[in-house]
Amino acid sequence: MKTAEAHTESFLTSKLNNMIGWARKYSLFQYPFVTACCGMEYMATAAAHYDFDRFGAGLPRFSPRQSDVLMVVGTISHKLAPVLKQIYEQMCDPKWVVAFGVCTCTGGFYDNYATVMGIDTIIPVDVYIPGCPPRPENVLDGLMKLQEKIQRQKQPV
Amino acid sequence: MILEKIKETFLDDVHETHECRGDLVALVNKEVIRELMKFLKTDPALDFNMLMDLTAVDYLDMERLPRFDVVYHLYSLRNNYRIRIKAGVDEKDLIIDSLTPIWPIADWFEREVWDMFGIKFRGHPNLKRILMYEEFEGHPLRKDYPHNKRQPLIGPKN
Repeated sequence: MKTAEAHTESFLTSKLNNMIGWARKYSLFQYPFVTACCGMEYMATAAAHYDFDRFGAGLPRFSPRQSDVLMVVGTISHKLAPVLKQIYEQMCDPKWVVAFGVCTCTGGFYDNYATVMGIDTIIPVDVYIPGCPPRPENVLDGLMKLQEKIQRQKQPV
Repeated sequence: MILEKIKETFLDDVHETHECRGDLVALVNKEVIRELMKFLKTDPALDFNMLMDLTAVDYLDMERLPRFDVVYHLYSLRNNYRIRIKAGVDEKDLIIDSLTPIWPIADWFEREVWDMFGIKFRGHPNLKRILMYEEFEGHPLRKDYPHNKRQPLIGPKN
């Protein structure tokens, strides 16, 4: 009895981090910051055929205060950059950022006066999903990469 | 017929008229632009009641004076006619009459032309930038604006 109790306790303490990670990675509330054509692919991924919801990411929140994944979907202009940063700062920890599409990753084919050359010049990014726009399979791959990252990280409680 | 009527009414202020791929084009003196537009809109036979587009072209390095053209596209809903009016605006006198008293939609079009090309519109009620932010310096669609010169509000400079 004594050994069994000790075992239970040690099991819980050593695996707490993993358990929280497991819970968090299947309960992703995204904030879709959708600005451009990538939004169509985002919608395709979210809808029944590809089905985001299988990964526990089915419910987008339209308030940054209720969400923990910031999905930046589409070209970000310099005029919009302060808004994006503010949205990011309004989100509670723990939070993650996904750069969806090549415009958010690097600026894409834009090299002009208006476009931000990658959102990582403004806010930290966890997962980059390249593509113009990315196929839904690619998006799901990015989502799974994010889940892996969440599972493995040190969980702030 | 339409171009003849414009020429008869505005005489020397119409510099040139031609047809381009089936569209009527008239190059006019910018001083008569508001009068001309009023005529095109109110004349019962012409009846160009819709301002479809208002934009500008920068002809820098094309050895051409004036440097800019302000381009108007009009449409007559009743007659199904279209016409394009161009008015030259030079760098030394970057101003042309606003069409807001005739078509309210000219308000935003003219703000866009001001924002992108820096052409002013006389009599515009609220001539400020519409696409770029107030902190932006210069007019990005001018040919002498470096195509990738960025002016970020936050983050690294260029």
